[in-house]
Amino acid sequence: MATEAAVLARDEGWLARLRRNRVLRRLRQHKLFLTGTALFAIVLAMAVFAPLIAPLPPDEIQFRHRFEPPSLAFPMGTDNFGRDLLSRVVYGARLSLEIGFTVVLLTGIFGTAIGAAAGYFRKLDNPLMRVMDALMAFPAILLAVAIAAALGASAVNAVIALAAVYTPRTARIVRASVLVVREMEYVQAARACGATNWRIMRRHILPNSLAPLIVQLTFIFAYAVLAEAILSFLGVGPEPPTPTWGNIVAEGRQYIREAPWITLFPGLAIAMTVLGLNLLGDGLRDALDPRMRVQQG
Amino acid sequence: MIRFIAGRLVSAIPVMLLVTLISFLLMKLVPGDPAMIIAGLSATPAEVEHIRQQLGLDKPFLTQLLTWYGNLLQGDLGQSLLLGRGVTTSILERLPVTLSISFYALFLTLLAALTSGTLAALRQNTWIDQILMSVALIGVSLPNFWLGLMLIILFAVWLGWLPSGGYVPFLEDPWGWLAAATLPAVSLAMLQMGLLARITRATMLEVLRQDYIRTAKAKGMPPWIVVGKHAFKNVMIPVVTVTGIIFSLLMGGSVVIETVYSIPGVGRLMASAILRRDYPVIQGGMLFVAAMLLIVNLVVDVLYAWFDPRVRYGRDGD
Repeated sequence: MATEAAVLARDEGWLARLRRNRVLRRLRQHKLFLTGTALFAIVLAMAVFAPLIAPLPPDEIQFRHRFEPPSLAFPMGTDNFGRDLLSRVVYGARLSLEIGFTVVLLTGIFGTAIGAAAGYFRKLDNPLMRVMDALMAFPAILLAVAIAAALGASAVNAVIALAAVYTPRTARIVRASVLVVREMEYVQAARACGATNWRIMRRHILPNSLAPLIVQLTFIFAYAVLAEAILSFLGVGPEPPTPTWGNIVAEGRQYIREAPWITLFPGLAIAMTVLGLNLLGDGLRDALDPRMRVQQG
Repeated sequence: MIRFIAGRLVSAIPVMLLVTLISFLLMKLVPGDPAMIIAGLSATPAEVEHIRQQLGLDKPFLTQLLTWYGNLLQGDLGQSLLLGRGVTTSILERLPVTLSISFYALFLTLLAALTSGTLAALRQNTWIDQILMSVALIGVSLPNFWLGLMLIILFAVWLGWLPSGGYVPFLEDPWGWLAAATLPAVSLAMLQMGLLARITRATMLEVLRQDYIRTAKAKGMPPWIVVGKHAFKNVMIPVVTVTGIIFSLLMGGSVVIETVYSIPGVGRLMASAILRRDYPVIQGGMLFVAAMLLIVNLVVDVLYAWFDPRVRYGRDGD
């Protein structure tokens, strides 16, 4: 991509090279990307420093303080067991991000493997992509919920279900870019030099198909956080009293008239995380693919 | 054209076969003995055995698979364990409810997304554009079940304008239907509205730069005709493309939204089947929805090719 710049930058230090990097420069100027980074950083900090931020353990029951509205002592109020909602929401960030990240990791690995195989080896293309099509024929949420219900409600099974749903969507994108890169002259040159398939794939095709994959995985992170909340809400995610955001909303639903704050805050946390990731994805797409940027003006 | 349709039909067959296979294999994902999980902890061995026989789990794998396909060919998706009736009838009974709300949501989606996307494109980089696109982005980011609950708090609990749940058939009482279906439809539509508004804006910006738009403007055509007639038609192309995705999102969303609003549709049937491990309903419902979506996609493809001949001859097989 930026080969000339790379040659020029070879004599400079890595910091100078980083400053010259076109993608990073575009990202730094992208206001929405920066907003997204900030939102996501807040959630990430909540997750990492949960024990420091949370005033109380997330499962500590205080019957004296049931259904307390938000106050200085309980910034997000308390629930039907008198548990501090701020603490639960903060620990919920941990679970949401863990699940989201694992889904992204698995989806990235399997989606790349399947997509690259389908795009590179013509014989594998049809069988692999028909299976992916079949998996994508089901609405994402429905398939995830059904798989999670069959495997049993737990965090691990939620991850498996979500990875199974988003892998085909990633494979399709990787395949599309591999199909384009495969026909490039440098790939033909490498083949003419006698490079093995594995080497061509590793050195030439995958690095050059990376940009759309990164963008896609950012959006998958957002979908996974949303979908995990839905699984929990429907009762096939990690089982209560695990403080996932979906679980807290599901529990608060029964008291929505008397104590709407139980439902309000975890939902805001989900929205903030997903919004942040969507903005990050938009920013990355604009920065990695300048053609898309034109439309943004 | 006939060749195109035939080609599409042929390529849909392996996918449909795989879809039915995946639905069948879903039950095989259940760890341990599905009959015991369905029957629950307090069941007697005889009850477990009864369920096992009812589901055909006592037979060899291949027999089960062949029975599944044999029944499918007769439109039989099996028997619900808890409702005590056929899965196909249970779904068909509830389908009008889900469809009526889905179409309402689709109507809201198109109305809001096309107008706001067009407006944002015409006023690119102004405050109108920024506000509309921020709202669209937030719409994409809100969890639908939570949005549903928030709308209940606002419009049902605090303002008391609309019911907090339930369903009234349209033919019995159109106004009652409208009152009951509005909040669910809005909750269901929000995600697609955001998606489609963003797509509409991007396409409109591209279309407005085309030569034929400049020509139309240059010959003195009023701006609203330029946009309304020339540009809009071309904006509809990507909109038609995402129809399949929108239907898929609507069907997936129904599971959640019908649970939130206690609406007796296919979505809630699926949600309660999932909670109570009624596997035949889960399998049958999945298959039914997937088949419906495949048909929608097929129709969309054909319509698309009809409107845009380039599709018929250009990209093929993908």
